[in-house]
Amino acid sequence: MAAGNNENAFSRELISFIEAWRNKPGNLIMVLHRVQEEFGYVSRESADTVAYMLDIPLAKIYGVLSFYHFFKTTKPGDHNIQVCLGTACYLKGGDMLVEELGNLLGIGVNEVTEDGKFSIEGVRCVGCCGLAPVLTVGKEVFGKVTKDQLPGIIAQFS
Amino acid sequence: MAYRSYILVCGGTACESSKANAIYESLLNEVDGQGLSEEVQVIKTGCFGFCEQGPIVKILPEDSFYVQVTPSDAKELVEEHIVKGREVKRLLYDKEGSKKHAKVEDIKFYQKQFRIVLRNCGFIDPENVDEYIAREGYSALEKVLFEMSGDEVIQELRTAGLRGRGGAGFPTWMKWNFTKQVKDADQKYIVCNADEGDPGAYMDRSTLEGDPHSVLEAMTIAGKTVGANQGYIYIRAEYPLAIHRLEVAMAQARDYGLLGKNILDSGFDFDIEIRLGAGAFVCGEETALLASIEGERGMPVPRPPFPAVKGLWGKPTVINNVETWANIPVIIMKGGDWFSQIGTHDSSGTKVFALTGKIRNSGLVEVPMGTTLREIIYDIGGGIANDKKFKAVQTGGPSGGVITEEFLDTPIDFGSLQKLGSMMGSGGMIVMDEDDCIVDVTKFYLEFSVEESCGKCAPCRIGGRSLMNILDKITKGNGTIEDIEQMKEIGHAMKQASLCALGQTAPNPILSTVKHFEAEYLAHINDKTCPAGKCKSLITYNILPDLCIGCTACARKCPTAAITGERRQVHVIDQAACIKCGACFETCKFGAIEIR
Repeated sequence: MAAGNNENAFSRELISFIEAWRNKPGNLIMVLHRVQEEFGYVSRESADTVAYMLDIPLAKIYGVLSFYHFFKTTKPGDHNIQVCLGTACYLKGGDMLVEELGNLLGIGVNEVTEDGKFSIEGVRCVGCCGLAPVLTVGKEVFGKVTKDQLPGIIAQFS
Repeated sequence: MAYRSYILVCGGTACESSKANAIYESLLNEVDGQGLSEEVQVIKTGCFGFCEQGPIVKILPEDSFYVQVTPSDAKELVEEHIVKGREVKRLLYDKEGSKKHAKVEDIKFYQKQFRIVLRNCGFIDPENVDEYIAREGYSALEKVLFEMSGDEVIQELRTAGLRGRGGAGFPTWMKWNFTKQVKDADQKYIVCNADEGDPGAYMDRSTLEGDPHSVLEAMTIAGKTVGANQGYIYIRAEYPLAIHRLEVAMAQARDYGLLGKNILDSGFDFDIEIRLGAGAFVCGEETALLASIEGERGMPVPRPPFPAVKGLWGKPTVINNVETWANIPVIIMKGGDWFSQIGTHDSSGTKVFALTGKIRNSGLVEVPMGTTLREIIYDIGGGIANDKKFKAVQTGGPSGGVITEEFLDTPIDFGSLQKLGSMMGSGGMIVMDEDDCIVDVTKFYLEFSVEESCGKCAPCRIGGRSLMNILDKITKGNGTIEDIEQMKEIGHAMKQASLCALGQTAPNPILSTVKHFEAEYLAHINDKTCPAGKCKSLITYNILPDLCIGCTACARKCPTAAITGERRQVHVIDQAACIKCGACFETCKFGAIEIR
């Protein structure tokens, strides 16, 4: 990494991505997506860097970050457990999965466990309504989940 | 080159999450291992729609429909079906146990469906442009480029009577015509709205995953018709597979000269860029969507001026949603007359619905407009799951309303649903049974709208929050009879005064449920009970002494140790310690726990 051990340093790929988008109108959201893809969230330092590189005021960047649910400004756990709270999943008990996960991990929604391993997030429809209720951990999707399966799912990632 | 057999594996998001990818790989290996790669082609295709039974594998030419396939079934499928020509009966779809529903045409789920939008989903490999072309793909573009004038295209859409599938049902030809008529613009834009934010709806995602070229082709047709050279697809970042398939499709189309400079040597230039949404429901509203493409907060602005005249970066812009786009190439090829014969007088063509909730066969269905809700729920969906009683069906998501049993025979189209106090919306259709509390579900929808309100206009921002507070009060047992009138009053004010469709339609779930389920509201308010047993503040769990055998299972499950009792003795719940989590209710095998 170019800037020593700075964990907020942008990779070369990220920098060239931003440079490619620099002069395109409406680039901010696309750039923030790419930053979040790299770090898992958009830190204050990252936002500063984007502000500098795109010459956009920091206030405007935070205006956009705080408007859209998809963007995170705090670091999620290594394994972010996303429970679908779309209508189909809600009817089939998605909210109970959130509650039970909270009990099992001892954290609330959008909180991170002390060891930084897990976080819980309620998300909008992930579009697998046939498998409701659904939760995802990273790229893995679990369908027709029951409360009893949760300890096993957590164990898989511990 | 023709193959003797084709093995189609569903590659939609739902099936992919059930290991469809591994099934595909195993089938490839098996076919290869048998030395059949020259004769048998394995294809990963788009969503078959029958998500309840996924992952699905279909083998042609026999048209055998295999369901709930696992990677370890690959060997048997290849050895038995492909090599020996014997169907693997154990995996065939069959509800009655008679093993007779071997073919797709025999399956009730598909019988009343009519596929225009989903014509290629489940038939072609969405990552191979040749397969799209083989099914008449890009012929409509060729026709528009070389044989039709812009006015002829618009006339064809007018004859077809195609209305926008995003929710409002605005005639598509009019939108295009407004943009076409702007003469002094130096630039015009074409936008595809793929920001499918309605919870419980995934029609657009499946269309893009299963048939991305149909949308690219349609947008290019619109570009040629109205005189635009640049298109944008605004798609949810939560749909990585759809984004990937669009990117692949765009690259292939450019390679073939179907997108980019000088398309098919016609001298016409048109290109498309993808822009990602970031989880804001309001961005489904067209002016908010345009603001988001511009990199801003997605806040709506008053219309007029309409985007058709003054849209993206102030230029005339045609915005249609994915499903609307997917209809266009078919209308061009088969003609507006043909299309107008399908459906009802008010709404021609078909509609795709995501049928979910307490239904036996969840999935994606496409039916002609005018099909009744009863046909969709009972004939296609197979009725209510677990033999429960039907309560209501919700259409139009957070902007729609509920429809009760007595109206199930209404032929559905844009007009009829509106008359029933609901709306077509984007196509989410959520079935509720007797276990669902109507007040609770209404609160769910309202919570969604309140959270998604952009906060710009007061009626939506404040009205939504006030409605939310009242509903919360009612579900906690603190409601009063005046609350119902007050909710109606606030709701009507929001409908009239809100800036955009989000605020105007947010009270719909309340207004519709208050109308159809007043008794259930009154039970919460007057009797302080929740008939469905869902609202925690209004229920208690009790052990029925006659049925309890003292197995101790519930006591061991109880997280707060609220259940006491000796082995083989009747157990008792300490109501003060009970947190109403329902664990005992789910655990008891003897039905000894009652919700009151």
